[in-house]
Amino acid sequence: MDIRNQLKRQPKDSVDMKKEQPNIGTGVWSHNRGMRNFKSHALHFVALGSTVAICLVLLYLGWSMFEKGYDNLSFEFLNNFSSRSAARSGIKAGIYGSFYLAGLTAFFAIPLGIGTAVFLEEYMPENRTKKIIDINIANLAGIPSIIYGMLGMALFVRTLGFGGSILSGALTMSLLILPVIVVASREALKNVPASIRHAAYALGAERWQTIRAHVLPAASPGIMTGIILAMARALGETAPLILVGAVTYIAFVPAGPMDSFTVMPLQIYNWTSRPQEAFQSIAASGIIVLMGLILVSNALAVFIRYRGEKLKKW
Amino acid sequence: MTAHNLAVKAQEQAAKIILAAFALISVLTTIGIIFTLSSETLAFFSEVSLREFFLTSEWSPLLDPRHFGIWPLISGTFLITFGAGIIGLPLGILIAIYLNEFAPKSVAKAVKPIMEILAGVPTIVYGFFAITVVTPFLRTLVPDIEVFNALSGAIVVGIMIVPMVSSLCDDAIKGVPNAIKDAGYALGATKFEIITHITIPAASSGILAAFILALSRALGETMAVTLAAGSTPKLTLSFFESIQTMTAYIVQVSMGDIPHTSIEYKSIFAVGSVLFVFTFGFNIVANLIIKRMRRMWTSEIS
Repeated sequence: MDIRNQLKRQPKDSVDMKKEQPNIGTGVWSHNRGMRNFKSHALHFVALGSTVAICLVLLYLGWSMFEKGYDNLSFEFLNNFSSRSAARSGIKAGIYGSFYLAGLTAFFAIPLGIGTAVFLEEYMPENRTKKIIDINIANLAGIPSIIYGMLGMALFVRTLGFGGSILSGALTMSLLILPVIVVASREALKNVPASIRHAAYALGAERWQTIRAHVLPAASPGIMTGIILAMARALGETAPLILVGAVTYIAFVPAGPMDSFTVMPLQIYNWTSRPQEAFQSIAASGIIVLMGLILVSNALAVFIRYRGEKLKKW
Repeated sequence: MTAHNLAVKAQEQAAKIILAAFALISVLTTIGIIFTLSSETLAFFSEVSLREFFLTSEWSPLLDPRHFGIWPLISGTFLITFGAGIIGLPLGILIAIYLNEFAPKSVAKAVKPIMEILAGVPTIVYGFFAITVVTPFLRTLVPDIEVFNALSGAIVVGIMIVPMVSSLCDDAIKGVPNAIKDAGYALGATKFEIITHITIPAASSGILAAFILALSRALGETMAVTLAAGSTPKLTLSFFESIQTMTAYIVQVSMGDIPHTSIEYKSIFAVGSVLFVFTFGFNIVANLIIKRMRRMWTSEIS
């Protein structure tokens, strides 16, 4: 749309100079100031109210989890497996599962994500293919996670025969968080000034040498922030893991990547969907542990971003 | 050429090839998704007619007599998306307006991390919140509302999309050049008039794209609606009844142990394809709008 046309359109309550003679000389916008100022105040009030409301919702959400789940939080809860009785249930299998899954996901997704970003930003010329890849990555970021689960189920679990293992889960998760890492890394690479590259080239460095020794280190705070946020997202995902066959009841700590597993969110889902009140409250305890980990990750990301800004030499 | 130089050249070549291969993975992922969905969906349609799938409206795939009319799942999904939009879109844009036009800098700085935390809350937590807080509250207001109901799911999904809407609208509003706002102020416009006549119209494509992306997210939302909205595929427009979304059906089937030759297994891919087509369509439209918006600002202003 043409912005100039937009701006030409007269506001409803502005004065048509030809028709309303008495207003001439008082300025186009000047009539009925009181009502118009009131509208501004009303909008201010409503916008502020919305912001306060959403903050209150977050506070209430946190408080209600805390209220329901605090009593069960104990070392036993962290160190027990899930059980038929709520009192003896714990989240040990979920914690181990989540950490193994996150570790293996990081192992696949980090090199893939950074590599893709470096190739797109540093190697690929601006052409049609790049545009297609750009659109492709934007679309991948918008595909619902459950669809990635279906891909994982058909490809990793069945076709490649990895079964409902940590490996299948991690590969699926890697594809899911790949767009997040790629987008963040590209943003970080874009922010590295060209002068750093030029200095390296001037000294005779080749392209990959320049990237490895100068561009990537300079971009690392931004990349790290993206990776941590992506991993936090992976920690909280449930739906795709249900599809790749993560199980809800498990009474051992997985020993290798081919073992079956559960993760914290799935354990919480299982407890939440049981009718007994007692399981609801241990679900809340599980949420406290999960949210704690995610908040720590977020805080770490904020800290790295902040320190990166401060240490920036350009 | 010295041996060292040769080694460097080889390293350069290897790096380039490996990085290109990595970049190819993202393209292969899209192809993989489309291929998987379509091949299983074709297998599904060799057993169930297209006519039954799209033109009948009873969905009972797990019990005999089986019916595969997709409409109850589509209506359930859009009921949630519509409700979430009613709640999430106005809140999101109002927050973006507040942060950009009204809030003191210090307040805006404090609110941003809160929105980031909200964006990082896993959907399972929202599902739990819906069941343990929202639904009991709704039942005190409307005593005959069902235990699992679309309203509770729509409310939490609405809250869930707020951070996304507000941050995308924030970008769009920030993109409006100050010069044209200042021109409005110079003519004596009030803040309300600047916002409704200048900022929002000028940022409208970005805001529209934000809305579409957020609705697409609501469309694909899974765990919260699976927990809160129930598993009763029903063609209804009532928020007070239990419904089933496409995503919830997929979860329901895959929680059980299903052989991959069964019709249930194939049916989740057919449902997944429909979901994919909707979200993919929404995303394409949103990205086109964003692109057009960028072009507009680079050519019209500055």
